[in-house]
Amino acid sequence: MASLKSIKKRIVSVKNTRQITKAMKMVSAAKLRRAQENVVAARPYAKKLGEVLQSLSANLEGDLHPLLEKREAKKLLLIVLTSDRGLCGGFNTNLCKAADRYIREKSDSFEQISVLTVGRKGYEFLKSRYTVYKNFANVLAKPNYQTAVMIAQEVIDGFVAEEYDQVELLFNSFRTVMTQDITFQQLLPVEPESKGETEETPVEYIYEPSVSDLLAEILPKNIEVQIFKAMLETVAGEHGARMTAMDSASKNANEMIGKLTLQYNRARQAAITTELMEIISGSESIKG
Amino acid sequence: MAEKMKLEIVTPYCKVLDMEVDEVTATGKLGEFGVLPGHAPFLTSLKIGELAYKNNNVSEHMSLNWGYFEVCEDKIIVLVETAELASEIDVERAKAAQDRAEEALKKLTSEDKQFKVYEAALQRAIIRMQVAGKGARK
Repeated sequence: MASLKSIKKRIVSVKNTRQITKAMKMVSAAKLRRAQENVVAARPYAKKLGEVLQSLSANLEGDLHPLLEKREAKKLLLIVLTSDRGLCGGFNTNLCKAADRYIREKSDSFEQISVLTVGRKGYEFLKSRYTVYKNFANVLAKPNYQTAVMIAQEVIDGFVAEEYDQVELLFNSFRTVMTQDITFQQLLPVEPESKGETEETPVEYIYEPSVSDLLAEILPKNIEVQIFKAMLETVAGEHGARMTAMDSASKNANEMIGKLTLQYNRARQAAITTELMEIISGSESIKG
Repeated sequence: MAEKMKLEIVTPYCKVLDMEVDEVTATGKLGEFGVLPGHAPFLTSLKIGELAYKNNNVSEHMSLNWGYFEVCEDKIIVLVETAELASEIDVERAKAAQDRAEEALKKLTSEDKQFKVYEAALQRAIIRMQVAGKGARK
């Protein structure tokens, strides 16, 4: 049996760890709330923009915008969004594995697959396996719209220059605090949503300037917003995942402390017993 | 006029405004326009500029960044990157931004990639100060 002192030491160290995991849980909980508010706040914008885009594409005739162009898909760009920091359970690992699997599956149908990562964890995982086209790290601590614009610009330029023919977004979408869904989303070429049969007749709008001009502006905008939304969801998901992970870590620590305390008490009891035995046998021998 | 319109201003960060108004004026890509209740469905893109709305004869000014303006059945939806009420504008910050942008523009030619960025920044700053001025005069 381990010595009393070493058990004591372990208890102290586990307690320290518990302190840290508890604190991290609290911090994540606070950050989660803010991130969640951001996600909710961004939703109406994304939704409205989608509606405008739809009403525009319903009226679209003839001349296509470069971003709507469908080429034979040979070169794929995969944008992988992960967090910058670890200690959030399977949040990053699962996503990276999904990316890995996806790339392997698709490697037959595409000539070239490049990867663009947002967040340090995904970059570190994927850079050893594939060529990472570009990495944006440390942008998720404070997700801001400007960053999304930057990434979108990069993507649009590459698409127009035919560096890649298809762009997909891979991220953890935030469902609840406990669950994040790994989501693939096609970003480019933009698929105009199919006009549903049941849809009421679209309102005849007056467009100013022309439909194609408006579309030329709204398409890049839409990409920015999609990326921004994905960023927000990733952040919220990260904090959610970290909170859950830290919660279970704290629980495990509690359990471990319980076990160790039991062990400690047993060892102490055993030590007392042996000591008593020694004293008694000593006094017996003097008497004798 | 008894009729009112619903005005919603939405940015990626939050819903800035959601209220009933009598009249809206904004700067479109092709110039300034006004909207009154009963307007035909209308969709346009906005320039960096000003938006004013009037409700019960109280008018408010806002500075808007690039976005969209949609009218549909007496409901106005404005999608913009940023929107600030006149009272929320930090004039000093706008002034500093203007100086910064002017400084940068002097060094650049119109062919530089950065030129447009700073030009837009300059415009935003000027509009902000204009709007803030109008808000103060009221």
